[in-house]
Amino acid sequence: MKFGVVVFPGSNCDHDAFYAASANAGQQAEYIWHDSPSIANDIDCVILPGGFSYGDYLRCGAIAKFSPVMAAIKKFASAGGPVLGVCNGFQILTESGLLPGALLRNTQLSFVCKNVRLQVATTDSPFTCEMTKGSTVTFPVAHGEGCYTADQRTLDQLEAEDRIAFRYLDNPNGSARNIAGILSEGRNVLGMMPHPERVCDPLMGSVEGLALFQSLIASVPALSSSSSK
Amino acid sequence: MSSITPDLIARNRLTQSEYDKIVSLLGREPSPTELGIFGVMWSEHCSYKSSKIHLKKLPTRSKLVLQGPGENAGIIDIGGGYCIAFKIESHNHPSFIEPFQGAATGVGGILRDIFTMGARPIAVMDALRFGSLDAPRTKSIVKGVVSGISHYGNCFGVPTIGGETVFEPCYNGNPLVNVFALGVAKHGDIFYGRATGIGNPVIYVGAKTGRDGIQGASMASEEFNAESSSKRPNVQVGDPFMEKLLLEACLEAMKTGAIVGIQDMGAAGLTCSTCEMGSRAETGVEIDLKYVPQRETGMTAYEMMLSESQERMLLVAEKGREDEVFAVFKKWGLDAVTIGTVTDDGLLRVKHNGEVMAELSNRALADEAPIYDRPHNAKPYRANAPFDAPDFAPSADVQADLIRLLGSPDLCSKRWIWEQYDHTVRTNTVQGPGSDAAIVRIKETGTSVAMSLDGNGRYCLLDPREGVKLIIAECCRNLSVVGAEPVAATNNLNFGNPERPEIMAQLVEAVEGMSEACTFFETPITGGNVSLYNETLGEGIFPSPVMGIVGLLPTAVPVPMEFPKAGLQVLLIGGLRIDENLQRFGGTQYAKNILNTIWGLPPALDMDYEKRVQTAIREIARAGVAASAHDLGDGGLGVALAECSFGGVGAKIELNANVRADLLLFAESPSRVIVATSDAKAVQAIAQKHGVECLRLGETMRERLQIRNGASTLVDASIAELKCPWSTALESSLAS
Repeated sequence: MKFGVVVFPGSNCDHDAFYAASANAGQQAEYIWHDSPSIANDIDCVILPGGFSYGDYLRCGAIAKFSPVMAAIKKFASAGGPVLGVCNGFQILTESGLLPGALLRNTQLSFVCKNVRLQVATTDSPFTCEMTKGSTVTFPVAHGEGCYTADQRTLDQLEAEDRIAFRYLDNPNGSARNIAGILSEGRNVLGMMPHPERVCDPLMGSVEGLALFQSLIASVPALSSSSSK
Repeated sequence: MSSITPDLIARNRLTQSEYDKIVSLLGREPSPTELGIFGVMWSEHCSYKSSKIHLKKLPTRSKLVLQGPGENAGIIDIGGGYCIAFKIESHNHPSFIEPFQGAATGVGGILRDIFTMGARPIAVMDALRFGSLDAPRTKSIVKGVVSGISHYGNCFGVPTIGGETVFEPCYNGNPLVNVFALGVAKHGDIFYGRATGIGNPVIYVGAKTGRDGIQGASMASEEFNAESSSKRPNVQVGDPFMEKLLLEACLEAMKTGAIVGIQDMGAAGLTCSTCEMGSRAETGVEIDLKYVPQRETGMTAYEMMLSESQERMLLVAEKGREDEVFAVFKKWGLDAVTIGTVTDDGLLRVKHNGEVMAELSNRALADEAPIYDRPHNAKPYRANAPFDAPDFAPSADVQADLIRLLGSPDLCSKRWIWEQYDHTVRTNTVQGPGSDAAIVRIKETGTSVAMSLDGNGRYCLLDPREGVKLIIAECCRNLSVVGAEPVAATNNLNFGNPERPEIMAQLVEAVEGMSEACTFFETPITGGNVSLYNETLGEGIFPSPVMGIVGLLPTAVPVPMEFPKAGLQVLLIGGLRIDENLQRFGGTQYAKNILNTIWGLPPALDMDYEKRVQTAIREIARAGVAASAHDLGDGGLGVALAECSFGGVGAKIELNANVRADLLLFAESPSRVIVATSDAKAVQAIAQKHGVECLRLGETMRERLQIRNGASTLVDASIAELKCPWSTALESSLAS
């Protein structure tokens, strides 16, 4: 399959996502520049990588939601195409309205970079279908604004609809209900603060992130046959 | 009618004799703008006028060194068609005045030095020195500096993978922020700061010029006094997003082949970049300030030439190919403007509003600054440290001492600091902060680079020459423990006022010791930084040279520092080496934290033995026979054994040494490494081959650390008991 990795001027995990998808997961990958008005037909999955999109001196992702590529990604997602937003990518997805809620400053008010244990909360998604429900994976986080927040009704709805993909076992940022990653209503958009792309290589201490790529590889053929994209 | 008054000369921080030299070089009186340009270029910070004659004593060559000192960064060959560029630089003075921006722009400055050369930065480390934690401003300086580094490095997208942090009252009014950065480039893709090709356009790229940071270089060249806080406007403000754009745009523009030379605008901004590029290429540079992108109105030529606005670069392109360069910068949304041309007259000519405001020889500015052989015929300053050991009773409770040491500011965990730094971005971090040496893999070559940053102001106060040698030995040992071969070094010389002979003597001793050790350990100096005048109200810092040494190694899962499981043999490569001469105990962390004093001399170093220990441990690590390895440094054997236990597996150690328990556990003798192994025979055989002692200390076991010497139990503690003060000390003292 082919991954499209979006590059905003301030993306800084774009190379990592590209490397994980290509060198580690063995798939094709190409970069998508932030002013692209459309997503090429041969892209099977879009990754919004971590970084600081346009500097993010305002709210993280607040400017990015106006970029041409986001309009294209909305179209891609509404046609059922899988979109993975990691860290800054998650922030952009909430700002763009592709996912509910918002990411506030960490409750400790400082940047945090460490490995955190996550519970795989659902396997009913193209991103987690190859994982084991309830199992623990360890991914690194690296963010200053990762405190997931939404109103009670939205949080209840996310739980009721089984749309929480990952929960923190040791919450590093004060996120509501230990939420580390959530799915869209159509389950084809995943936003998460932890970085699966950083743990796809034995040299990085773990390959637990590969399961996310393997899930996509396993589910994409079914997705593309069921959607017109 | 002369416009140059003695007052104006003094305000540009030039002496009368320096002014006289300017007049004789020019054959006329300088204009006020020209005087300002000389003032910054001949500042200590830019000209190295007090240190230059001594820096010449340093070894700078080896078969791996592709670029030594004198460029923006040093470069060494790592094989496979690739090389690494690295350097360390200080931002001490700005970080005292405005800790957040001072530290942030310190990171920005060194990153530009790396990517100016065509290398993409892949790692940053920091050596930080703060005052005592109970001094009034220390906590806010620590928080400001750490968040400044975090802010800049994280946004830029470079992992901050290690460093070291020390607290000492001598830094109360003068913290040190030394930032090391390393980047990787392909052979043949290296760029230099040279304005070659007469008629080529000189192009300004990046952020607009403002009034910030004017005369920052001169500020960094004087002592602090009570009015220093009024210098806040001299500290620049950093924009890491702009730097990221500049990085990507520069690397992409370099690929067009249209760029012939490039240099960042760091200290002394537009002035330094123009005249240094011209001087290196033996050309002239003519610029017209009306083309310089400005974010303030009504700036004078003086202000524009001396501004230290951040995130700016100067480049020289091939004539006729400007549009290729402009297209790349436009793509990244950056200003790129031709502001002048390369000329054949060797002069820096600055026009403003149709008038020539300065016309000076590039050589005179960049290379003909006065060189001082400052008097150093005094004993190096030792503050109040006596030579003789005080009469101190052998410790009655070394376990309590160990717990206190583990929770002391220098030895406790620095997790609170490094968790605020993104240390895994770029997915190259094979070993990150909190280990003996950091390791990044180089994806392009399939090999790895290890790096270690170290300094020890206490050792250097007691003996600058031997102190520096110990620092270099420690860096090389750190690298060897992870299996890396040390190959090159960068240095940051942080000292007080060089006009005081007893301070100058420290500098000279340190440089000579450095020369000897770097030659011996085959780690030539490829560049670095000198930061003098680190004094506040006449009180100088300890002599604080910081070394950054890099090593090469095959890519592999690293040997951990912590004991991985119970039942392994614990060996001490190098042997106990306890020096019973109490004079050698006065620089230790024990003397600092338990006895609250300092005396005597640093630990004795046998460089030849040290090198053999390093060769042995490197071979042990690479042979895969070590289950864990950790070198002994500050805090000695006791602290190192505790650190090895913090993964949850401790050890039962049985010593049989006829020596005081406090010396046994806390002497800081070099040339020692703890190894845990299931194959003691193989480890012993390697040690023996290199003529190095290999002492069996005991065996790893679950959950406790027990240390016995003969019949007496020195330590018998649960790991939690030892680890708790170590892991919480820094955070709780910053919170209180």
